Amino acid sequence: MTEAVNVSGSLRRRMTLTLIGGAAVLAVVLYAVVRLYAAQIAQQGQDSILAASVTSILDAAILRDGTVEVDFPYAALSMLSTASDDRVFYAIHKNETLLSGYEHLSPPDGTSHTSGTYLAETPDGALIRVATDSRTLVGADTRSVITVSVAQTQEALQVTLNGISRNVALFGAGFFCLSALLSFWASASTITPIRRLTSSIARRGPQDLSPVASPVPSEMVSLVASLNRLMGRLDKALAQSEDFIAEAAHRVRTPLATVRSHAEAMLHRVDQDENRKALRSMVRAIDESSRAAGQLLDHAMITFRTDHLERKELDLTELLQELVLRLTPVADMKDITLHVESKEPVLVSADAILLQNAIRNLIDNALKYSPVESDVMIHVSARPLPTLEIRDQGAGFPQDQIAHLSSRFSRGDNAKGIIGSGLGLTIAQEVAEAHGGALKLSNLPGGGACVTFSL
Amino acid sequence: MKFLLVEDNADLANAICSRMTQDGHVVDHADKILDAFAYSETGDYDLILLDIMLPDGDGRSFLKRHRAGKKDTPVIVLTARSQVSDRISMLDLGADDYVTKPFDHEELQARCRAVLRRKSGTGQTTIRMGNVVFDPVAGSLTIDDAAISLRNRELRLLELLINAPGQVFPKHKLFDRLFSYDEDVSENAIEVYIGRLRKHLEPSSLRITTLRGLGYRLDYD
Repeated sequence: MTEAVNVSGSLRRRMTLTLIGGAAVLAVVLYAVVRLYAAQIAQQGQDSILAASVTSILDAAILRDGTVEVDFPYAALSMLSTASDDRVFYAIHKNETLLSGYEHLSPPDGTSHTSGTYLAETPDGALIRVATDSRTLVGADTRSVITVSVAQTQEALQVTLNGISRNVALFGAGFFCLSALLSFWASASTITPIRRLTSSIARRGPQDLSPVASPVPSEMVSLVASLNRLMGRLDKALAQSEDFIAEAAHRVRTPLATVRSHAEAMLHRVDQDENRKALRSMVRAIDESSRAAGQLLDHAMITFRTDHLERKELDLTELLQELVLRLTPVADMKDITLHVESKEPVLVSADAILLQNAIRNLIDNALKYSPVESDVMIHVSARPLPTLEIRDQGAGFPQDQIAHLSSRFSRGDNAKGIIGSGLGLTIAQEVAEAHGGALKLSNLPGGGACVTFSL
Repeated sequence: MKFLLVEDNADLANAICSRMTQDGHVVDHADKILDAFAYSETGDYDLILLDIMLPDGDGRSFLKRHRAGKKDTPVIVLTARSQVSDRISMLDLGADDYVTKPFDHEELQARCRAVLRRKSGTGQTTIRMGNVVFDPVAGSLTIDDAAISLRNRELRLLELLINAPGQVFPKHKLFDRLFSYDEDVSENAIEVYIGRLRKHLEPSSLRITTLRGLGYRLDYD
């Protein structure tokens, strides 16, 4: 029984996606932080070299006879050389006038004492890092503020930074992949107890309503406890309804049996035609109602069972022969002979109780509608489908009603005077359909009905 | 034949007993399992008719103990339940057949005969009359050692007549015993069977006499 369940997402997918999403966010944050930190450190390195260069130039500046002399130390610039051929600029200002160097490295305006580092741009658009410091040189009568700026383009820094970024990105991607794998594993292992519970319930037979006994994780305890309570209630309800049906049948049938026995006994004692007629119709009414009650209860049970077929391997021929043995005394009373034609065992996987009930109904029908001293042929064959064919020598089905006879409480026009509830064919059809088969009604060319029951 | 009827409903039990006695059988009646054991221990029964729902327990427990005690007296269960699974478990427990209440008395008789035929074979219920040997359970008739095959209704008719030779059976009485309640035929249908039986009995010392307006009687020379 697969009924539509309202599905909303998958626990496993949701968990996997959450974990992978978390890992992705973490990887990006890691990348950003490491890169920022690396950029800061690299910049600090450049800045301290630039500052040292500035200081060494400043140290070389002296004031002699009112003029500033700078004995430009070679090391001041050579310490800045890099593998990437970065360009280096310098500028020496005295009281804001350029003494020597690159004109565009204008000292920071305003204050006379400046020191620090900043980013600037050359006229050709290259980004440069500038370090500036100034010192006041005091001569005999003059005070000069010497400002030295040294700048360098950032290509080497950029190369270093790119290298670090690439490595960090690779590391982040690796971290992400590993986390993704871990999240698949984690969600699979979390979902395992749920799967185990599901399969242990799905494997159960239809009648097994015992509580789940295998251990479950603590988060599932309340779910399993509710499930157990529900199954307990269902079990009780089923047992109660089965008992109820049995009890109801007992309560109805026992008094009917008493009345029938008395009516029958009375019939043997009375001679008057009128009384005999009344008694006979009384017995018929009793048979009618008890048969209807029986068929209704059987039908209720069959409807319940068709939802939960208890299939097992059985031999259709053997089942039929047993049924025929049971029904032979009844057939004998009308001198009807039941013939079973079967060449081989016909193995089917079916619900024995349902099959028995359906076939008994069909043979019952054949016996009821057959004339006295006639034959009922039952043919069993395994190919192409396991099939049972019952042919009688009665009047056959009314041709215009043949399509509707297997619907509930429908009886043919020729059924007048024959005791029945109109449920026999319905039961047989429902059983056949529950097993994936069909029930076909037809009339034989030479007269008589033919019922084909296939699985 | 000797029957044990285990049935707690007194009304129904009376009806069954009186009917069985009418047919010439001996019936003991127990209305609870305890009594049923007592009867079955002491009496030698041909067949036990067993109800399932009894005041002091389930008829199935009787069946179980009955079979465990190596008794092979056939048992026919009278059940008021209609659930098929119930019937199957009944047969598994060793019942030979079952009848669902309310039942046709003729059907019960037919089932008893079938069970007895299967279980105990033939020869126990033989009736001899002149050159006729008749076994209603086996359904065999021989006249001067020649076997004659009879149909079921002819057999039942002969059984009725042969059990009370010299007694007059009105037509309707024979009709009630031979025809089921849902057969829509007139009482004159009995004449066909009388005619056939007469033909079968021609070589015998038995004769069926028609008493106009009264019925039929079996006489023998």
